[in-house]
Parts: sequence; structure tokens; C-alpha cells
Amino acid sequence: MDKLALSDDILMKIEKPARYIGHEVNAVVKDKSKVGIRFAMCFPDVYEIGMSHLGIQILYDMFNSMEDVWCERVYSPWLDLDAIMRKERIPLFALESQDPIKDFDFLGITIQYEMCYTNILQVLDLAQIPLLAQERGEEYPIVIGGGPCVYNPEPLADFFDLFYIGEGETSYEPLLRLYRECRAAGVGRVEFLRRAARIPGIYAPRFYRVTYHEDGTIASFAPTEEGIPPRILKEIVMDLSHTYYPMKPVVPYIKVTQDRVVLEIQRGCIRGCRFCQAGQIYRPVRERDVETMKRYAMEMLRNTGHEEISLSSLSSSDYRMLPELIDYLIGECDKRHINISLPSLRIDAFSLDVMSKVQDVRKSSLTFAPEAGSQRLRDVINKGLTEEMILKGAAMAFHGGWTRVKLYFMLGLPTETEEDIRGIAELSNRIAATFFEEIPKEERKNGRVQIVTSTAFFVPKPFTPLQWARQCTKEEFLQKAYDTKRAISEQLNQKSIKYNWHEADASVMEGVLARGDRRLGQVILNVYRKGCIYDAWGEYYKNEVWLEALAECGLTVDFYTRERDLDEIFPWDFIDCGVTREFLKREWLKALDGTTSPNCRQQCQGCGARRFGGGICFA
Amino acid sequence: MRVRVKFRKYGPIRFIGHLDVMRYFQKALRRAEIDVAYTAGFSPHQIMSFASPLGVGLESNGEYMDIECHSVTDSRDMMERLNRVGAPGIEVVSVKLLPKNAGNAMASVAAAAYTVRFREGRAPRFDYASKLDEFLSMEHIYVQKETKKGLQEVDIRPGIFEMSIVANDCCEESPAIYLLADSSSAGNVKPAKVVEAYCGAFGTPLADNALLITREETYTELREEEETVAVSSDVVKVVSAHAEGTIWQRRLVPLDEMGTEILTPMDGAVLPTAQEAGKAVLSPMPEAAEREVVS
Repeated sequence: MDKLALSDDILMKIEKPARYIGHEVNAVVKDKSKVGIRFAMCFPDVYEIGMSHLGIQILYDMFNSMEDVWCERVYSPWLDLDAIMRKERIPLFALESQDPIKDFDFLGITIQYEMCYTNILQVLDLAQIPLLAQERGEEYPIVIGGGPCVYNPEPLADFFDLFYIGEGETSYEPLLRLYRECRAAGVGRVEFLRRAARIPGIYAPRFYRVTYHEDGTIASFAPTEEGIPPRILKEIVMDLSHTYYPMKPVVPYIKVTQDRVVLEIQRGCIRGCRFCQAGQIYRPVRERDVETMKRYAMEMLRNTGHEEISLSSLSSSDYRMLPELIDYLIGECDKRHINISLPSLRIDAFSLDVMSKVQDVRKSSLTFAPEAGSQRLRDVINKGLTEEMILKGAAMAFHGGWTRVKLYFMLGLPTETEEDIRGIAELSNRIAATFFEEIPKEERKNGRVQIVTSTAFFVPKPFTPLQWARQCTKEEFLQKAYDTKRAISEQLNQKSIKYNWHEADASVMEGVLARGDRRLGQVILNVYRKGCIYDAWGEYYKNEVWLEALAECGLTVDFYTRERDLDEIFPWDFIDCGVTREFLKREWLKALDGTTSPNCRQQCQGCGARRFGGGICFA
Repeated sequence: MRVRVKFRKYGPIRFIGHLDVMRYFQKALRRAEIDVAYTAGFSPHQIMSFASPLGVGLESNGEYMDIECHSVTDSRDMMERLNRVGAPGIEVVSVKLLPKNAGNAMASVAAAAYTVRFREGRAPRFDYASKLDEFLSMEHIYVQKETKKGLQEVDIRPGIFEMSIVANDCCEESPAIYLLADSSSAGNVKPAKVVEAYCGAFGTPLADNALLITREETYTELREEEETVAVSSDVVKVVSAHAEGTIWQRRLVPLDEMGTEILTPMDGAVLPTAQEAGKAVLSPMPEAAEREVVS
């Protein structure tokens, strides 16, 4: 197993050759003569990002637990290697066997964010697989996409043979069984895809046709053949305590973004923030059993040797067994010199107490995500965090020794006014003021407090109550960022506040792709052909190329960022994520009205997820 | 107690850089459940020290890492455990207990031995097997070295302790070069620089990425004050060192010779001396150790 796809000459020339050589601890190597199905699992970004993704690790473990399947990993080659592979016509390969991807049975691609779409084409192209699904012959792998972005797969419809809608743990077994049967019976590619389209959660875009009104909105979306389902219900695992979990995750040699054991304690979120897609598409909330979590934690630490463990969920504070789990982890990890990282905790007395035990208070910072500057706008987005809660949490934290606070906001939310923007500056200022009021001069450790206020630009996402909202233009966004900056500079404690904002043009394009339709496939293709990849990396994003490609296809940014009609057909309407369109519409109207909704634990809002028959809906 | 671990690095893993090898061992020690000591504080780290960093792309049969342990089982058990949880291509070949007064792995490095092979079709176009004496008879060999102050001319001749032609099992037509060179932090001589200078001296530029280099062993220098260390004479390499007209002898031993095999489990409290560990001190310091003026 000493084979490497790249020559020494290349490996010595490129940055971080360890990205491409495989052979990591816990990487799964099988005898390829003894497996029937070769599955390449891809995260279309650089190794360090892709290796940090839990979803792929879960599926890698699941596939490799099947005797007849060998699942391997593949990531986007970095720009230096990308250029060499193109020039020397080296086919993209999987890390474990170093074999070309084009010889695999499946290429699975997880699609986590819109700005990786050109990297998907990069992967296909380097793999020497035709970019358009229709042009792939029998010899090519079946290209299947999954992940959150496939809740609107339409902009990518031309490039994929199949999409898997929902959680991966359930439908791959029947899909692979069908594949084996079709192969044994000599059934060709198209017929396999046709039959696959009937498996729950599987969407085969080639069997659907879209027609458009003159104004560009969708007139109809329907299967082109009998027997192809018109609607696709997402797949979901209801018993999270008895399913696949990677007990032996691959341990990378180089430092990756998530260089630690990741323990997923629950899926879904009870909160129902109206801008948040994850909060809707992963409903209902399902907790994992705490005893199972304790066992997993210790076993994974033993198998990896990682020096840190992190809890993963959309809102860890809502996990009911959190105190018990944390107590256990603190006890066990302390003995073993293992750090505990606790992201996504609400700041309160409990979490501050826990955090003071697991981190160095002087070196760490606290994070609040008020998302909007005023209570009115927080009510619009249903962010159940009040100014009083934030100031109280901050005061407790300052007494606990913390002096650094990070604040996350969004600009461009629906109904936003200048006053809401000023609210961002004022809230930042009040937190700084709280420090000076609460902590007497002689006790101020560094003498001062540091507030880092960051704003992202609001991007409306499918399957959220704000999916109808208009997205701001780049110019509007920049004006808002400028207004925020000015408002902060007018504050009394402005010297304690640092302000950062995201890039506006990439956020607009993210919005175009997020709510886009099939016609954008040509745009993505054109952008890729003009040389764009790694759009998610600010320094490589070329806005003018995207605008040029849109124009070439006769499309405009404004069409995709406009406010949508209440009853307009969305490109993603054929997907049923469990949460109903009626519920989302109710929430949208409540948002415009500034009315909040209670969370799942307080009172059921009848979102529709109850039909899955479990989780919090039946707790 | 301090434990010295010797390991090999070969195959695809040779493309892992030095810092990543350190990270690899931090995790491997946990997986192997070695009772390693940690620093205090909020982000404790293992107490470890590596000998000299190995460049990316090089293989080695003689890499070293020292770790501080609270307790040990025995050499064979610790070696087996590390190899069981290890990656193919990083192979632990010895685990030894260091005496109290032994210098740490990094500080003690004095020299390293290398085998340098030429990649197929990239051997230099001159009879490098027979010109070696001529090359070594040069009083100074200047090469460009990148330093913080920019490019500098450095004389690497004093850092070349031994150089000879050896058979190459892979390819008979192009024999390999054996090199023993200074590897101390102050005077480190890179094998590629030596071969480049050798080729340069005979007017033949070295092709790109022409060399396949294996570090065979890492040596420390026996000093008078370390006479208590038990080292058998047959592992001592005596080399002549010259500088500024003087020549003297240096006694080099592989780094793991400073330690002793661990035969029974031990707790941190007990530390046997070298003598107790069952080795006799041989090889008295030669008189030549005192500097003698040659010319």
C-alpha cells in the first residue's frame, strides 16, 4: 500500500503534500478485489476543511461497515496542485487507494455551502468525469449529492445524476442494493437512475421538467414519466442512539480546522429563529442518549488520541442531559489532560460556571449572537434573546473574569431601519459600559474590555420563514455596514469596540444561488469555464465574472434577490422537508408583524414535523 | 523519568513535515496509553523533545524523541504498543531509559549519517565514484545558505566528517554516497548541499529533485563529563574534526546508546544508574580528545 498517485517531483513541489497521500491513522483500507462497490466521498473544498466535517465521517463509517463496499475520501486539490493536474492530465484520485475516481461506482459529494459550487465542477473535471450528467456514459461513476444545499438542488441539477434529500443514514442501503441488482441484470445507467428515483429521499433531476412564466418565475415543475414521484420527502433517522457513529474517525497528520473528537449530542433545534435553515430542515429535535454519549466520547478519545473533545449541536444548552454529560466529561478529561470545547452554549449562570472549569477565562472570549440590534427586529426574526439577558450574562461573565466579548449581528434583515442599525452600536456600547459599571477599577485585569462586533449580510434561505424576503443589493449592504461603523464610532465606549463586516458581493451571489433555479446551472458552468474555483475563499471570489456569466445567460441578480409572491412556485417546492409551506407562511406573516412564536418545548406551533413520529414532538 | 524513543520514517509518510510528526506522536502516545508527563496549566502538553527535524521527503532509520514518563512498563511492551496504534511508515525500533544526566534529544545532536541515492536518470554526468578524494581534499567548500540576514557564504567542509561511495541495492550503475555530517544546531550541514557542492565542484549541475536521501542514524558526541554513561566501544565512531588549522578527534555514538533497555516496570521514583542497569563503561577517552595542533 505504498502507492501514491502523485510523483515525488510533484509532492516535493506543492504546498502541504500531506493533503494528498492518505495513509492516516484509522483510514479504512480494504482489498479491492473483495468489494463490489467503490464509493468516493467528496467534500469539495480543501483537505483541512473537508476533514473537519462530521457528516462525511458518519457516512464513511456507515459505508465501510458494509462488507461489500469500500468508501474512500476525496477533497478539492488546492490551487497549486489543481494547475499541475490539469497540465499533466492527472486524474483526481481517492486518498485511501490512490486510484482514479473515474473508476469508482459512486462519487458522493456533500454540499455544505453555495459558494463551493464551482469546486464541484473542479472535482468532476479533474476526475475526468463529464460535467453534465446527461453526457455521462455507462463507464462513469454515479454522481450523487447530499447535505443542506440539496434542499434546493436546482442550480446544480445538470451536474448530478442523483440527489439524496435528508439524513444519509437511511436510504443508502436500498440504493446500493438496487445498484447491485441492476449491475447483475445488465441494466444500464439511465434505467438504474429511473428505478433509484423511486427510493425514498432520492431525487433524479433528469426525470423532471420545469417550465417558466414570461417573468421568469416557475409555471410548472413535474416528473416527465409515470412512476417518478412528484414530491420527495426528506429522509430522517428517528432513533439517533442506535445508528451509525464513527468510533474510529480518521486522524489527519496536518492540522485541520476541527482537530478534535466531535460528539453530536442532538439534531435539530427547538428555537425556530426565522432566518435559520438548519433550524427548520433538521426538525424535529432528537436527542442522543446520554449514556451512549459518554461511551462514545471515551472510545473516540482512545481511538484517536485527540487532545480535545467538542460537543456538536445547533444549540447545546437545549440538550436536557447537558449538566450530567459535562460533569462526566470534566471528570474523565481532567485525568487525561483533554480539553473540552463547548460551542453554541447560551450564556447563563450554568454555562459560565462550566466554561470557567474547562477553559482559561483570561484567554477565551464569550460569544453572543443577538443577530439584530433592536428588540423589535429580534422579534421579527424570532430570536429569543433580550437585551436584559445579554447584559445580565455579560455582567456575570465580567465578574467571572472574562474581558472579551464577541457579538454577531446580521445586516439587511427584512423591515430593518436605521434605528435597528444604531441598536447594534448601542448594544455594543452598553455591554462595554456594563463592564465599567460592574467591575471596580482596581479589579479590572487588563484594565479594559474588548468588544468585537461582527455583522454578516442576511441571505434568505429556502425552507425558512424568511424565504419570501427580498435580499439587499451590494450597495445597500455596504451602506448599512458604513452606517454601523459610523454609529459605533459615535458611542462613548467606541475605543473598546472593534467592528468587522463580511464581504457584500459574495453574500449577494450566495443568495442568488440559495434561492436559484435550474437556469443557474449554465451560469455556474460559465463561471467555472472562466477559471473560477474556491469562491468560498474571499481572496479567490471574482464578482465581476459571476455578473458577466449571469448576463450571458440573460439572467439578473435582481430577479433572484426580489421579494417572492406569497403563492409563487419555488424551485424547491417539490421537496418536503417535513415543515409545511403553510407553517412557514404563517411565520413569515408573523415576522412582518413583529410577533414572536414560542419554541418547540414551550408550545407546539404545528410546523408539520410531528408526522415523523418522534423526537420532541412526542416528548 | 526520561525515555528515549527511536523510530524509522519511510514510505508515503516521508511527506509529513516535522511539526506534524510531533503532532502524530502526541496522539500516538495517548492511543498507546503511555504514562507520559504533562506540563501544568489550562492547556497542558506532553513533555517531549525531538532530535533534529527531518526534511519533508527524506526517509530515516534513526529518528529520536525523548519523553518524560511517570511510569514505564518495559521497552518491548512500550514499543509494541506504539507500533500497534501507529501509522504504517512510522515504526518505533527502540525504547530506552535515559540516565539523569543525559542531555535532551535536541540539544545532544552532533552529527547524522545519510545514504544519498540518485533518482533514475538523474545521477550526475561525471565519475562521482572516483572523484571523491579530490573533493574531500579541498580545504574549504563554500555554499550559499539562507539565513535571517539573507544569503550567506558558509564553509561546509568542517562539517563533513566522512563521505564515501557505497553500493546501491536499487541500481548498480549509480552507486550511493554515504555521508556523516555535522547535524548540531549551530553547524548543521544538509546532505543535499554537500552533494550539490560535489557536483558543482566538477562542473555538473544537479538535476531537480535528483536525490533520494535516507538518514541512517543520529549521533551525539561523548564528552568527558559524560564518562559515567555506559557505552560499548563498538558503537563509538571516532571522527576527525578540523577547524582553523586544528584537527581533533570526536567520539560519536548513536543517540539511543545513551539509554538502557527497560526490562521491568518502574515507577517514577526509582532511577537506576547506568552501572546498575548492567553495562560496563568501556572505551576510555582517547588522549587525542585533547586538541592537538596539526600544522
